[in-house]
Amino acid sequence: MSDEVRTLVIDGRDVAGASGQSILSVARENDIEIPTLCHLEGLSPVGSCRLCMVEVEGTSRLVASCVTAVEEGMRVTTRSSRLLAYRRRVVELLFTERNHVCSVCVADNHCELQELARSLGATHFELAPLHPVAEVDATHERFVLDHNRCVLCGRCVRACDEIEGAHTWDIRGRGTTARLVADLGVPWGESTTCTSCGKCVQVCPTGALYEKGRSVAEAKRRRPYVPFLVARGQA
Amino acid sequence: MTNPAKARVATIWLDGCSGCHMSLLDMDERLLELAQRAEIVYGCLVDAKEFPDNVDVTLVEGAVSSEEDLRKARVVRARTRVLVSLGDCAVTANVPGMRNPFGPGPVLERAYLENATLNAQVPTGAVPALLPEVLPVHAYVPVDVFVPGCPPSADLIFSVVMDLVEGRQPAVEGVARFG
Repeated sequence: MSDEVRTLVIDGRDVAGASGQSILSVARENDIEIPTLCHLEGLSPVGSCRLCMVEVEGTSRLVASCVTAVEEGMRVTTRSSRLLAYRRRVVELLFTERNHVCSVCVADNHCELQELARSLGATHFELAPLHPVAEVDATHERFVLDHNRCVLCGRCVRACDEIEGAHTWDIRGRGTTARLVADLGVPWGESTTCTSCGKCVQVCPTGALYEKGRSVAEAKRRRPYVPFLVARGQA
Repeated sequence: MTNPAKARVATIWLDGCSGCHMSLLDMDERLLELAQRAEIVYGCLVDAKEFPDNVDVTLVEGAVSSEEDLRKARVVRARTRVLVSLGDCAVTANVPGMRNPFGPGPVLERAYLENATLNAQVPTGAVPALLPEVLPVHAYVPVDVFVPGCPPSADLIFSVVMDLVEGRQPAVEGVARFG
């Protein structure tokens, strides 16, 4: 990232960022909130959840603000009825693809997906839920992986790879059959690379990864801990 | 006895835990305020045998799990002006829907055969047959207002019902939450 300044307009406001800086980063520096799910400050951005999509004048295509660099003279819109409809649809697709039962989930009250649904005004879903058979992997001595709640955001994959350096996690398969896997598809407890550091558990936005012994609504993340986990490279 | 000045409000309980009805009662003394504006014409809190005609607002708790739930949902829809899906079971199928990945057969076998200690048998009479899938109310009949929550808070239920009996569009979006 160079220090060249780029000036642009976000939601009618004149703002400035450094060349190479993402639209999302510049927006948040200016207290303009854009919803995200797969994004976590300090982990590399991947643009997979599509919640941070914004409109850029001059193109009909929506762009993911976490992976799009600001440009001189850019005019960005972060809120519109079109964007709200897309964001609600993204949340609806996530909810209906797996078995998200907030009322009995360890992450109830502490879940980013649940909060996104509320803040985006989703009160119900029109799509028929898939109700997949999804496993719960409780083979690790301290942690549990519940595929019913996984949204495939990949935060755990990146935290494990980029911060811990173990790269235990990956996502295998495609579409609705995609699953988070440890090593080459072994039960978590049999992983030879997992250091049991728990970083993946701390960065999980839903109830997919949690500490054993947590019951409904008890998987509160130690969020203040997260910036320390991901602080590398920010000095 | 009917009072034309009051809105005719009903409640009905499909496949849920009754928690939404408990939350309704949790509005405490505001029940008196509600009673000034509405008459409860049917529901598990009042003694009426048949779901009446010409109901202004019906609050539906619970998902549609059985043939009997489906029959009730259709009757209620036909006789109600504003149908409200109250709570996560009515809105998403929620906990009752957790049987969907397996289907009703294995669930009945687990409950009535594998875990039975006496007279192990799946009931075939006197109880309604389970539908293949547990679905939200709006999968079968049009729903006018959705109030998610497990349960929705008493404050939210009160504001929604008062809005509806006074002819306003209830403010649910951005307020109500799943779980």
